[in-house]
Amino acid sequence: MKSDMELITSEGKRRDGRSPEDIRKIKIEAGVLHRADGSCYLEWGGNKVLAAVYGPREAVPRHTQNPLRAIVQARYNMAAFSVEDRKRPGPDRRSVEISKVISEALERVVLTEQFPRASIDVNIEVLDAEAGTRCAGLTAAAVALIDAGIPMRDIPVACAAGKIGGQVVLDLGKEEDNFGDADLPIAISPRTGEVLLLQMDGHLTLDEFNQAFDLAVKGCHIVSEIQKKAIMHKYQSAAAEVQE
Amino acid sequence: MTIVPIIKRDYITKLAEEGKRIDGRDFNHYRKIEIETNVVNKAEGSARVKIGNTQVLCGIKMDIGEPFPDTPKTGVMSTAAEFIPMASPDFESGPPREDAIELARVVDRGVRESQVIQLDKLCITPAEKVWLVFIDIHILDYDGNLFDAASLAALAALLTTKVPVSRFLKELSEKDRASWQERLLELYTIPGVDEVPFGVDEADPKPIKNFPLPMSEPPVSCTAVKINDFVFFDPCFDEEVIADVRLTVATDHKGDIRAMQKGRSGSFSKEEIQKVIKGALDNGQEIRKKLYHSIGK
Repeated sequence: MKSDMELITSEGKRRDGRSPEDIRKIKIEAGVLHRADGSCYLEWGGNKVLAAVYGPREAVPRHTQNPLRAIVQARYNMAAFSVEDRKRPGPDRRSVEISKVISEALERVVLTEQFPRASIDVNIEVLDAEAGTRCAGLTAAAVALIDAGIPMRDIPVACAAGKIGGQVVLDLGKEEDNFGDADLPIAISPRTGEVLLLQMDGHLTLDEFNQAFDLAVKGCHIVSEIQKKAIMHKYQSAAAEVQE
Repeated sequence: MTIVPIIKRDYITKLAEEGKRIDGRDFNHYRKIEIETNVVNKAEGSARVKIGNTQVLCGIKMDIGEPFPDTPKTGVMSTAAEFIPMASPDFESGPPREDAIELARVVDRGVRESQVIQLDKLCITPAEKVWLVFIDIHILDYDGNLFDAASLAALAALLTTKVPVSRFLKELSEKDRASWQERLLELYTIPGVDEVPFGVDEADPKPIKNFPLPMSEPPVSCTAVKINDFVFFDPCFDEEVIADVRLTVATDHKGDIRAMQKGRSGSFSKEEIQKVIKGALDNGQEIRKKLYHSIGK
């Protein structure tokens, strides 16, 4: 299957009509859930992701508490119906790993020292999946954290680059992820450029890596603008409501 | 009971004595119900239901598998509910607990016992291959009355489900295909299955197209709780946590009762049960209209 699928034409046209440096369509909405302290709904291409934040609240069980700072616990979960063949509900090795790398990325930007012994819980639910769910999840989680009023150094943002048909491209789609040559998801702090998450699988030369990395950073900045707009929109409409 | 619910209980019962509820509704009234279908592309059918602030998402996945030995010609359905920690500060991750299991089983019974899914039409090759229907319920935002929201989401999702024949065609042997086609033709002759083109292409009568899941008229469930002597329909979270007792009644389009479930440690008198049934019938009619409207019927 791998060999007979042309992922990118010689003119640089991809299967969904994008050019190499195009990102899929992204829609972000902040504050969509009633019970959560902060929440965000995000659509990224065919991905539909919901993130909810609870906290800061007392970390339980108690042995997980850190007397000097808060812990950030992200939980990435895929709905049983979010993929082609039904996924068994509950955590598997993949989601445990993704939860861990997302937690670590978010912990870096949250001002955890302000909330000793507390836990900031971030729930990420993938409702519909189509390549790039961890980037979508982290991006949504960041907006939900802002919506919850959690103090942060920056609004983290994630985006992937990769290689298909020998060419470096931004934001892999479904077939590109399955049959492509490499995938490089990263998360950054857009203000400082610090890298908060980085994973790579596949095969890239040093030059290709540099190219893909720069492209992913560029993608992050595009997504970052959409995040900020979603947050601004929420507060603007809240302000408008108050004025009425 | 901790101090906050006691204060809330006082407040809610005081209001009730004046004939009021905390959100200004009548005792028998539901909050605003919104039903949105086809919200998940990867699922065979899906629906998001909002009752007030409560939000539930249901997705249907289908697969091919073996039937149970005692029902070789019947498809298989299973229902699971997840109380994901997103929905409430009190939900924890991990395997489903009592509440989630009760919810899944009540929804499952509502669908199974009334034969809402015509499982006998989901046989491919008797004793070998049948369609499996997985109903997965995700609670997204918990503000009370999950029973009604979850069963309504399950029904809306099932009513928009397409059996994914095209995706599984590769897995079917010639024998399976022949058997399936024969059974499809049988489906055609059943009155009521009518105009729906059951995946049969006239020019090429092979069951290769996806077709709507064969369904019967579904019962609609309505829930009420009792606090002191007051009966509230569609309890919100604050009412639900302090309620003495809860009753869910599922009624069908003819006005018959199809399922009931009592919950929590309080009790009802016969008169109170009759009152709940009456309210369930009235509200059920309205909800049924909304359900059909949401699927474009």
